[in-house]
Amino acid sequence: MEGEGERERKRGGRVCCVCNEARASVKRPKTLQHMCRECFFHAFESEIHHLILNNSLFSPGERVAIGASGGKDSTVLAYVLSKLNRLHNYGLHLFLLSVDEGITGYRDDSLQTVHRNHLQYQLPLQVVSYKDLYGWTMDQIVDVIGFKNNCTFCGVFRRQALDRGAALLKVDKLVTGHNADDIAETVLLNLLRGDVARLSRCTSITTGEDGIYSPNAYRGFAREFIKDLERIRPRAILDIIKSGENFRISTTTKMPEQGTCQRCGYISSQKWCKACVLLDGLNRGLPKLGIGRSRGSVGSENGNGSKVEKSIQGKQCGTLDF
Amino acid sequence: MACNGSGCQSGSCYKDEDATCNQPIKSEETDSTNPTNVCIKCKLNDAVSGYGGIDDGRFCADCFKTNLFGKFRFAVTSNAMITPTDKVLVAFSGGPSSRVALQFVHDMQERAQRNFDASRDRSLPVFGVGVVFIDEGAVLSIPSSEMEEAVEVVREVVSSLVPPRKELHVVPIETVYPSDSGDGKERLIKVMNTVSDPTGREDMLICLRMLALQKVASECGYNRIVLGSCISRIACHVISATVKGQGYSLPADIQYVDARWEVPVVLPLRDCFAQEINMLCHLDGLKTVKLSTGPCSSINGLVSSFVSLLQEENPSRESTIVRTAGKLTPFQFNRIPEIIDGNVPLATRRRQKRYNLKSNESVSSESFCPLCNSPLNKSEIVDWSNMDSHQNSDNFYNTCCSSCQFQILPSDSTSMEQFYMDLPQSMVGRAKQASNGDLSLLREQIQDFLLSDGEDEK
Ligand SMILES: [Zn+2]
Ligand SMILES: [Zn+2]
Ligand SMILES: [Zn+2]
Ligand SMILES: [Zn+2]
Repeated sequence: MEGEGERERKRGGRVCCVCNEARASVKRPKTLQHMCRECFFHAFESEIHHLILNNSLFSPGERVAIGASGGKDSTVLAYVLSKLNRLHNYGLHLFLLSVDEGITGYRDDSLQTVHRNHLQYQLPLQVVSYKDLYGWTMDQIVDVIGFKNNCTFCGVFRRQALDRGAALLKVDKLVTGHNADDIAETVLLNLLRGDVARLSRCTSITTGEDGIYSPNAYRGFAREFIKDLERIRPRAILDIIKSGENFRISTTTKMPEQGTCQRCGYISSQKWCKACVLLDGLNRGLPKLGIGRSRGSVGSENGNGSKVEKSIQGKQCGTLDF
Repeated sequence: MACNGSGCQSGSCYKDEDATCNQPIKSEETDSTNPTNVCIKCKLNDAVSGYGGIDDGRFCADCFKTNLFGKFRFAVTSNAMITPTDKVLVAFSGGPSSRVALQFVHDMQERAQRNFDASRDRSLPVFGVGVVFIDEGAVLSIPSSEMEEAVEVVREVVSSLVPPRKELHVVPIETVYPSDSGDGKERLIKVMNTVSDPTGREDMLICLRMLALQKVASECGYNRIVLGSCISRIACHVISATVKGQGYSLPADIQYVDARWEVPVVLPLRDCFAQEINMLCHLDGLKTVKLSTGPCSSINGLVSSFVSLLQEENPSRESTIVRTAGKLTPFQFNRIPEIIDGNVPLATRRRQKRYNLKSNESVSSESFCPLCNSPLNKSEIVDWSNMDSHQNSDNFYNTCCSSCQFQILPSDSTSMEQFYMDLPQSMVGRAKQASNGDLSLLREQIQDFLLSDGEDEK
């Protein structure tokens, strides 16, 4: 599909290949086209617009939360969505959703960015805290378990926080700005840790609960590797995603049973989700429970939680990653 | 990230072992997993350790060798790689993996010979073994004296592996061009120089090398090609293929058998770690050579150092990668084609069943990239009815996989035309076959409406 454009590209010419006027300042890894800023934004926005239309991602009147981390991806996402919503009359009630982990000093910068977005794009802002979601702030957790193990809690809690926040605020859809790097990293990690069933899923739109959260060295290596790769071949990131989409996975390959946590209703392959296991440990004064490689020391049999006490709705089909 | 070795080739070819096989063998250390340090198999001798891999420190030298050979023999027998009537060609690069593959094939042949001599009726013939060394001097920047020395070592090794005697074919890479044209070497150099991407150059060389191996094998009557690709090498290929967007075709390259070629290719060391192979070379004093290729800045080199870093951190990482990718669905051609259900070993049948490979199923309907011969994904298959270009080189470009289009083929039309002119005939032929195959399918469909039999394919 990109053959034509690629073959006709002039190696020396640095004029935008779309308008043929302005100086090109961006080289899109996806197409290797040199574009000016204006044309790049235009192309990017219309791609997102078509992605939304073709996949019928939204219906008019929906409450849509944009997961706002203060990072580049979520800022871009907030900008594009609010613009498209106005331009094409999606009729969505958009707002920014931010999570406050309750770590002194840590979030100050990023919350500032989120605040700026809120003012700039005139989007309402909702902040949910770990205290609201879990009953514990991260600082309190660290007080109990020490610095050493808090990565386990960070990872698990952070992954679920947006979903839980969205459920708390009764939103219809949650949108997060997963970028290509994240997806590529997931494809690689699934190869490295032997997760065949997820090989096919990792590039599709939603992500569920991950298996092992303890900080592993190979995660760091994979991230470094992707950075090095991007340096010598920017397109490699997109190629990894393409590989992930095209993997030949037999239909008989068993997906892990996609159940829900019996305690909170969050997607989990175990009886209790990882967060509930950790919380249970914290609340019972046994914070080491559930940390490490053992897959859930509590409720390790597989349970399809049919009896859900407090159900988190809106997760199953409600999270959209861009 | 620095490249961990000088040889950074990738792909499933026999040369690629260099990239992962040159980690030094650590001196023997006490191993924490086996504090008694006694071999777990014979429980008599001291275990050897420090070489890496999942079995590190579990066996004594003798049991280690038996175990490694056992992995090889199991791969051979359970996939019907070599049968008594076969004539196999071992691709020997001089590196440790292909050196061990050659050794094991020889050991097996020697046993078969002994059994043959001892048997009264002499009913089971002994399979034939030949060795090929591809001289890539034309495209590698190494002094010719170095290549001569390497060839000398190869000759020495092969002549020491007797009886039975093995024929050695030392063949220049430019053999992919007809010898009577006389300009093969120049055309080869021109083709290679057109490829600007360093990774593309390495991968192009791998394609040409396979072409050369196939040519030698079919001209000299071999019906199997044995490559020394070990688990470490295959793990690298899994990652680099993923990185190059070849996720669809990946399973084709990493099976025990790859019969998409005229002469099927087999990988009997698929379950052996590079570290084990190095250890065996060390224990048995097997002679190897390594050519000094320059520093590399390719994707393949980057992947190779990434994988060895992972392997250092966790000695089972490489096998996890291969096991994971091994669960992707292989292709119809990933089995020995001529085996019929009746005389297939039980283990083979079981494996085929597991992977849903039916041996009586018709020829696979895959289309292949004419350059790298990898099966094409649906989105990569061109619709010939929509093809508006009459330029052969444009047609060739369009039939190639997107990975080759990006990293090997020149992007502008004029260079593409020149590149196409200089390609070996067999690659050009594959593309023509692809379009003809499509035409003949069309012909079949409209047969009843045809007035007369027109001209046939050339
Ligand atoms: Zn422009
Ligand atoms: Zn839960
Ligand atoms: Zn022993
Ligand atoms: Zn190709």
